[in-house]
Amino acid sequence: MSATFLGTPAFPTAARTALADTQLRRNLAHATGTIRAKRAAVVGEVDEWERLRRAGAALKDRTLRHLDTYLAQLEESLTRAGATVHWARDAAEANRIVVDIARGHGTDEVVKVKSMATQEIGLNEALEAAGIHAWETDLAELIVQLGEDLPSHILVPAIHRNRSEVREIFLREMGRYGRPAPPDLTDTPAELAAAARAHLREKFLRAKVAVSGANFAVAETGTLAVVESEGNGRMCLTLPEVLVSVVGIEKLVPTWADLDVFLQLLPRSSTGERMNPYTSMWSGVTPADGPQEVHVVLLDNGRTDVLADEVGRQALRCIRCSACLNVCPVYERTGGHSYGSVYPGPIGAILTPMLRGVGHDTQLDSLPYASSLCGACFEVCPVRIDIPEVLVHLRTKVVDAHRGEPKVQNLAMKAASWAFADARRTAAAERISGAVGKVLRGTKRRAPGGRGVLGALPGPAAAWSDARDVPVPAAESFRAWWARTDGGRTERQDEDGGAQ
Amino acid sequence: MSAREEVLGRVRTALRDVPGAEKPADVAVDRPQPRPTTAADVDLFAERVADYKATVVRCTPEDLPTHLAAALDGVPRLLVPADLPEALRPADAILDEQLTTAELDTVDGVLTTAALGIAETGTIVLDHGPGQGRRAATLVPDRHVCVVRADQVVADVTAAVARLDPARPLTWISGPSATSDIELDRVEGVHGPRTLIVLLVG
Repeated sequence: MSATFLGTPAFPTAARTALADTQLRRNLAHATGTIRAKRAAVVGEVDEWERLRRAGAALKDRTLRHLDTYLAQLEESLTRAGATVHWARDAAEANRIVVDIARGHGTDEVVKVKSMATQEIGLNEALEAAGIHAWETDLAELIVQLGEDLPSHILVPAIHRNRSEVREIFLREMGRYGRPAPPDLTDTPAELAAAARAHLREKFLRAKVAVSGANFAVAETGTLAVVESEGNGRMCLTLPEVLVSVVGIEKLVPTWADLDVFLQLLPRSSTGERMNPYTSMWSGVTPADGPQEVHVVLLDNGRTDVLADEVGRQALRCIRCSACLNVCPVYERTGGHSYGSVYPGPIGAILTPMLRGVGHDTQLDSLPYASSLCGACFEVCPVRIDIPEVLVHLRTKVVDAHRGEPKVQNLAMKAASWAFADARRTAAAERISGAVGKVLRGTKRRAPGGRGVLGALPGPAAAWSDARDVPVPAAESFRAWWARTDGGRTERQDEDGGAQ
Repeated sequence: MSAREEVLGRVRTALRDVPGAEKPADVAVDRPQPRPTTAADVDLFAERVADYKATVVRCTPEDLPTHLAAALDGVPRLLVPADLPEALRPADAILDEQLTTAELDTVDGVLTTAALGIAETGTIVLDHGPGQGRRAATLVPDRHVCVVRADQVVADVTAAVARLDPARPLTWISGPSATSDIELDRVEGVHGPRTLIVLLVG
């Protein structure tokens, strides 16, 4: 897996398939509805939430505008604390570093804490290719991994699965990779969680090497933070001898005191809790406590391209809370797989095309259009990323990248520009459009609200009219009316001319 | 060129629009005012810890041994950090003198103190100093009994961050281990201790 899932069709096509899946829509509506209510309740408890999120945005802007300084500072603090720092230009380089560390310890398995960065770079596949099993230990990631499935949500990657589907996957697959699920397993979430506990326990206890990401990296102190719920993170960060953390270069915060703001913003926005069950923080190596060999891989993989885009840069403030997914009317109906990326939903629709570049891939170019621009994502974002602004900006870039190509839309625009540049040509075009309108009136139907609209347009215009209401063209153009009535002076009062 | 030089070079190129004279402090950050800790925060702490389905027992220093015995009932093999204060340590407790992971997995519960408690979020924080054990000791056993003094409770996250030393490993615990990964239905008890009992003294 890489930042985009290979073979996913462009968003409109993928969304159509997802929309037809009624089970998926039920699962998603239930899950996003639940978490929206939880988030709203705990955010409502904080008196100065708006000031807090402005502080979060400003701190991230401060970091990003001086990122070179802070990266150098982080490297120095980590090294001082006993960690080894690696730099990776791209996914392949990061994967190579992790594979080499695991190989160096002669292990054929690693345990993993849920991490978006390692999913983005396809680390599990790279490890498997090197003969090293990567065990996902987060419950939802385990469900996805055992089901040979793709994640569909940043926080709850198996949000598209319901309890009975999870039960089936556990019964069928667990035994192939270790301790099987008990044969009398029911579909109550408590029993399913207990099966995961038993299955993963042996892996935690024997693993030599663990791989994690980090929610935050403090430049001043070299402290990394992992925010989690189940304790699988603590297991991975504490029990193995070797810990490798893959950290995107945008995860930095300047000082220890700055972490305070984010530890308030993240849990309330993400799981809708005042605080998540477990947060682990560590600065390099602690003698006689936890891993005695600590590596940190600082990952670029397209982030500097996002940084170079003055409008899009704000997307690097993202702390991966997934609040924007949960409020998005598009995500709620289409699910995460339609976005074809490890980063789905509104943030994915801007982040994925920026990380990978626009103008060279139909699927990536379709993502900035996967939105109604309603703005709900901006409203809930704890670091105030103006996602609609970036979406519109990216749409411009997509159009610019394809300017001059012989597409139907470009030809239509060119023709329109030629016609409207000259009054006589415009008049001729109006006559043609009136004539065509008369023909197409046969397809006329009533849109909700009673407005008359045309049915499907013929030929290449069908794709355009497919999801849009095409107004019925006027029987007579304004110019024709003006000429016939001498600017309205000879129009009879009883004539119904104005209603056209 | 090394990856380090190349990534830092790309960052500098990407930031060409940032004026050379700009300092990090020039990007203004306006934070909410911290709230002073009051006597009511101890009550709030107790209430919010309990919200996570942890057990909270409030007691006086005199009552503590009785409540401690009750909290440790049904824990045949109890682990304690080697430097846990004598007064708290039951006679038959196992001292954690670098037990192996496999040995840790054979104990039933662990008893520790804490570095501080956060009222607003119902969080206990371990900095793994004296009485708190190394990180694995409060993770592998299935029951964690934690003694917190009322004077260790601070108002909010801001106050906690100000008091803690990031050079130490830190574990923030808000209730027992939990997951909402199946249909966002919260279940307490996954990999970490499935039972958390907080004894709030004073």
